[in-house]
Amino acid sequence: MSNSTVPRTTTEAKTPARSPAASGSAAGRRARDGKNSGKLSLKLRFRRDRTLILMTLPAVLLILVFNYIPILGNVVAFQDYDPYAGDNGFVAIFNSPWIGFEQFERIFADSAFWHAVQNTLVLFFLQLVLYFPIPILLALLINSVVRPRIRAVAQAVMYLPHFFSWVLVVTVFMQIFGGAGIIAQTLRQHGYEGFDVMTDPEVFKYLVTAQTVWKDAGWGIIVFLAALSSVSGDLYEAAAMDGAGRWRRMWHITLPALRPVIALLLVLRVGDALTVGFEQLLLQRQAVGVNASEVLDTYVWWNGIRNQDFSYAAAAGLIKGVVGLALVLIANKVAHLMGEQGVYKK
Amino acid sequence: MTAVLDTPPDDAPRVSKPSRWAAPPRPVWEEPPNKAGLAGKGIALTLACLAILFPLWIVVVTSLQSKKTIDEAGGLVVIPKGITFIAYQELLSGGQVQKAALVSIGVTVVGTLFSMTVSVLCAYGLSRSGSLGHRGILMTLLATMFFGAGLIPTYLLVQALGLTDTYLALILPSAVSVFNILVLRAFFMNISQELIDSARIDGAGDWRILWKIVLPLSRAVLAVIGLFYAVGYWSAWFNASIYLTDQDMMPLQNVMIQLVQMQQRPVGLQAQINTGQLSPLAIQMAVMVMALLPVAVLSPFVQKHFKKGMLTGAVKG
Repeated sequence: MSNSTVPRTTTEAKTPARSPAASGSAAGRRARDGKNSGKLSLKLRFRRDRTLILMTLPAVLLILVFNYIPILGNVVAFQDYDPYAGDNGFVAIFNSPWIGFEQFERIFADSAFWHAVQNTLVLFFLQLVLYFPIPILLALLINSVVRPRIRAVAQAVMYLPHFFSWVLVVTVFMQIFGGAGIIAQTLRQHGYEGFDVMTDPEVFKYLVTAQTVWKDAGWGIIVFLAALSSVSGDLYEAAAMDGAGRWRRMWHITLPALRPVIALLLVLRVGDALTVGFEQLLLQRQAVGVNASEVLDTYVWWNGIRNQDFSYAAAAGLIKGVVGLALVLIANKVAHLMGEQGVYKK
Repeated sequence: MTAVLDTPPDDAPRVSKPSRWAAPPRPVWEEPPNKAGLAGKGIALTLACLAILFPLWIVVVTSLQSKKTIDEAGGLVVIPKGITFIAYQELLSGGQVQKAALVSIGVTVVGTLFSMTVSVLCAYGLSRSGSLGHRGILMTLLATMFFGAGLIPTYLLVQALGLTDTYLALILPSAVSVFNILVLRAFFMNISQELIDSARIDGAGDWRILWKIVLPLSRAVLAVIGLFYAVGYWSAWFNASIYLTDQDMMPLQNVMIQLVQMQQRPVGLQAQINTGQLSPLAIQMAVMVMALLPVAVLSPFVQKHFKKGMLTGAVKG
C-alpha cells in the first residue's frame, strides 16, 4: 500500500494489448467480468491481473500455512506419535510408528469421551431452546421503538457485551453469582445460607447458557433488525386498511418476514452443534469440575495440550471435525432446499 | 454469524426527521400508542439494559473504592462512597499488570495493522470477479469456513515453526479472518465501477486505485473490520496460554485470569495489600476495568456501521 506514488505507467502500460484486454476500457471490464475473458490467452490474463494476484498472496499464504498444512498434521491420529522422535514436532511425525485405528478404538472405549459428547449435546439443546429465541424477541422489541434516540442507545447497550472477552464475562458472572459474589453475600448478610452457583454441577449448564445470552443475545438482533427494516411499509398500511390491528399485523406481516432468517440461522446453528463455548468452558473447568464442564473441545485440549497425549487428542479432534463438517454440509444442503443461500451458493 | 441475507443494507430511519428524543410523527393509519403497551415496552427495555449495565456498574464502582468501604460492604460495592484511584495508581506504577497491559496494547496495535493490511489487499485482489485465479483463491479461503484443522495439529505446527514463546504466536495463527475478508470484498465490489474505470483511463494502477479511491470510500467498513480485529486481539488469551511459558510475556487477559479467577495477588503489590491500604478486590476490579475500557469506549462509535458491515458479509462467489 506504500505504492501510492507509483508512476502513471507501471502496471497498466506494461499490459501489451490495450484493447479489448486493457482493463481500462469498458470493454476491458466486460472482458474481466464476462465470458469474453475466455478468449484471452492465459499469459495475457496473468499479465493483466498479476497485481491483483500479488495482493491476495499474503492472506493466501497465511491461510495455507495455518489452515491447510495442519490438516495434514492430523495423520498423527493414526500414529503413536512421539514429539521427541525428531528435531522438531513436524519431523517427529515421519519418525513415529503407524498404528492404524488403535487411538480411535481407545477413544470409543473411553467413557470420559462419551461423557464429553453427552455434555456437548446437552449444552447445544439448552442453547437452542433458551438462547435462540431471545434475539428474535429483543429485535421485535427494539423494532417497535420508534424514537430514534432511544433505539440507538438501547442498541449500543445491547451490542456491548459481545465485544467483551470470555475471561471478562466469566469473571463478572463469578463476582455476581459465585460463592463470594454479590448475591451470596447479600443473602448471608440477611441471615440466609449463601450458595455458589459457579461450582454447582447441577446448575452449571444453565449458568453457561445464561452467560451466552448475556454476551451475545444483543449482538444477535442485528440480522433480525435488518430483515425487519426491509419489510415494505405499504404492507403494514394495506393491512391496517383492511382492519388488522397492531397484533394481527405483527402476526401476519412482521413474523413471516422473519421466517426465512430464523430458518436459516436455525439450520446453521444445528450444523455447528458440536462446537459449544470452548473458551467459556475451559475457563470454568477448574471451578466446576470436569464432569459438568467437559465438552468435546475441552476434552481434546486436556488430553493433547495438558497430558501431551497428542495422537489420542488428535484422533478425538478428528472425529469431532469430520462429524462437524458433515453436519455443516448437511445443514447447508437443507438451507438450499429451503430456498436459502446458506453459507455458500450452489 | 455467516448468515447471508438478500435484504439491502438499510440505515434509513423509519422517519425523515429524527428530532432528538421526541417521537417522530406516525403514519395516519397507525393507531396511537396505548399507555399499557408503552409502559410494558419501557420496562422490558430498561430491564434488558440494566441486566447488561448493572454488573459493569458494580465492577467499575468497586474498583474506585477504598479498602474501608469495601470491607464495610463485605465485598462488592453497589453504592459508591467517595472515589479513590489508589488501585489504578498501584497497577500503573510498574509491575506485572502494567507490563501485561503494554503487551496487550502492543499485540493489539501490531496485530490489527497486520491483519487489516493483509485482509484489505486480499479483499481488493478478489473484488474483481473475472480476474485470473480469482475463483480458485476464493474457494480456497471459503473452504476454511467449513472445517478447522483441529487444535492439536495446529499446536504442533506452531511449535515446529519455532513460534512458541514469541509474540508472533499470538498474531500469525489467527491473523486472517476469512469472514472479514468477505465483508471487505463485498464492500469493494459495491463501489461504482465507473469511478474505478475512469481512474484506470487516467493511468492509475491497482495499487493507486486501492489507496486513492477504494480505501477513502470504505471508511465505514474499515472501521468495523478494524474493530473486529482489534477486539479479537485484545480479548485473546487462549493462544497465549498454550504458546507462551514465560510469565513476563503474558497479555492482560491471562494476567486477569490469574488474579481474579485463581485469586492470586499481583506481584509487587503485596506490601500495600498487607499494610491494609488497598483491597485485593479493588485491584481485581481495576484490572477488569482496564480490560473492558478500550472496547466499551470504542464500540459505540462504530456502532452505526455494524448492520451494514455484518450484512455485506454475504458471499457472492
